[in-house]
Amino acid sequence: MRTIMYREALREAMIEEMKKDKYLFLIGYDVGKYGGEHRISGNMFDIFGDARVKNAPISEQGIVGCAIGAAITGCKAIAEIPFGDFLPLCMDMIVNQAAKFYYTFGGQMNVPIVILTAMGGYIRAAEQHSQCLESWFMHIPGLKLVAPSTPYEAKGMMKTAINDPNPVIFTEHKKLLPMKGEVPEEEYTIPFGVADIKKEGKDVTLIAISYLVHAALSVAEKLEKEGISVEVVDPRSLYPLDKHTILESVKKTGRVVIAHEAYVIGGVGGELAAIIADEAFGYLDAPIKRIGAKWAPLPFPSVLEDYVLPSEDDIEKAIKEIL
Amino acid sequence: MKSLKDFDREIILRLYETMLKIRLFERTQARVFRAGEQEGFTHLYLGAEAVATGVCANLNKDDYITSTHRGHGHMIAKGGDFKKMMAELYGRSTGYCLGRSGSLHIADRSIGVLGANGIVGDGNPIAVGAGYSIKLRGTKQVVVSFFGDGATNQGTFHESVNMAASFNLPVIFVIENNRLSCGVPTDTVCKVLENLGDRAVAYGIQGENIDGLDVLEVYTTAKAAVQRARSGEGPTLINCKIVRHRGHFEGDIDIRTQEEVDAALKQDAVESFEKRMLEEKIISEKDVQEHRNRIQKMIDEAVEFARKSPLPKPEDALKFVYAE
Repeated sequence: MRTIMYREALREAMIEEMKKDKYLFLIGYDVGKYGGEHRISGNMFDIFGDARVKNAPISEQGIVGCAIGAAITGCKAIAEIPFGDFLPLCMDMIVNQAAKFYYTFGGQMNVPIVILTAMGGYIRAAEQHSQCLESWFMHIPGLKLVAPSTPYEAKGMMKTAINDPNPVIFTEHKKLLPMKGEVPEEEYTIPFGVADIKKEGKDVTLIAISYLVHAALSVAEKLEKEGISVEVVDPRSLYPLDKHTILESVKKTGRVVIAHEAYVIGGVGGELAAIIADEAFGYLDAPIKRIGAKWAPLPFPSVLEDYVLPSEDDIEKAIKEIL
Repeated sequence: MKSLKDFDREIILRLYETMLKIRLFERTQARVFRAGEQEGFTHLYLGAEAVATGVCANLNKDDYITSTHRGHGHMIAKGGDFKKMMAELYGRSTGYCLGRSGSLHIADRSIGVLGANGIVGDGNPIAVGAGYSIKLRGTKQVVVSFFGDGATNQGTFHESVNMAASFNLPVIFVIENNRLSCGVPTDTVCKVLENLGDRAVAYGIQGENIDGLDVLEVYTTAKAAVQRARSGEGPTLINCKIVRHRGHFEGDIDIRTQEEVDAALKQDAVESFEKRMLEEKIISEKDVQEHRNRIQKMIDEAVEFARKSPLPKPEDALKFVYAE
């Protein structure tokens, strides 16, 4: 099968869906001729022109509001906010408007928008361009939240996001964008709420999110050689969440490590741990371990950033602690 | 001031009818709310009647508006249904939003009302999006965003007017300038309160500063703005100077002195228009009473409808979180 980059997979999904729906548009700063801050939109401006690949001013509330207003009046929109760190600038539009419109007005208007945003660090970009803020959005009814970890999933889930009648926070990770992977050329989609077991194992369940899925796989491969069988579970979508797959894995292994790049405090891992404790407590043979960033903003030099962010060593150590 | 005779009689009567509907609806709402018949909060449109009336008289059913926390007047001017409105205010399942959202959040998508909004200034970016959608779909619709003087100091105002201007969208931004931002006299936090319409210059669009208590001035100014928007000439910013008859919300303290409130109450768009109509013999005293009685009866029926309507079921609170 052919391999393409994660960013190309996203672009393909958008192009294919925009060809099907003339009222679907992409809006954000730099999405036009420039090709996107992360080079996701690439040549889309040349294909669809200014009206459908719309450069916006640096106005996050305006961009998301524009997407919402268009979505409730017969269009669909993908709004790119290139860094998750900038989402606070349009948090009100996402949380108070997009997430609530369908509910507030008793089902009169739904908001089919995708907010495409890059989370994550390890890129030496300092405090305001490196955060993983996905847990904020898991706390808001009305939103869907996804974090695909491979090009295959990026394309399949972007198509699902575009065709979802609700607002979807679609997070990619900056380190994933240039990553290559197999992506079929034929049409496919990946539904939300279905976790993927990236590697089967029997001794411990390692739940990993986004970029850390790859660290998890690397650790699992290493430990396999030491005779430790790690099952790597990638939730892929955080809301809706595939509790069933996670709980079945935990029931099988009896041990759990949850690894994400976001802070441990208030992170998605806490919710996952609580679900496991609530619904599979009797199956646990060890405490649930959570791996995430240490409690500090993210500094830029590698010596500091790597100290704050979780590493493969941290994951390995956590697994060995509970075996 | 032009004579009323310079205007089409039909339009005069239509404007009068709408203003009276808003006035009597809001007076009734004040009464039943104060009597404790409803839960929650309610912000009344009293004092602003001429704005929604004069602007919406230029709109078609499929044109859009975004509204505010003080949105009952916008709904009525756009053709909203008294019964569904009142039922919503009473939190009944027959209301516009199934009784779940109340006074702050009435909407009727079928007549282009994209929602009253509880966040000051949030209608503006949404109106920009509706304008963008109109352009993409290639229709001749327009969007009106209503908001207060307080909202002009929100970042959303700047972002939205700039985007609408630079994308040349059919959006009309209408400031309902009652000189109060909740409990703050806006002139203590804004140097250009009187002529907020002048801010249009900064965005390269047309701006107007008008007497928002004169429904005909609102009507004619909005007419020109709507025509420009429909013909692809982009947005307009209209600053309508009005007064607020009541507190920020019903039951709130009023930051103004009693003298200031009394002065505001004397500036009455509805009564002054009625007086002009009588003076120019467009209508008679008898007509006035007939109109008032007829409309009040409709509103009373709406109140009765609301009172008799069922409450939502508790479990309905979990419906419509996600669209299928």
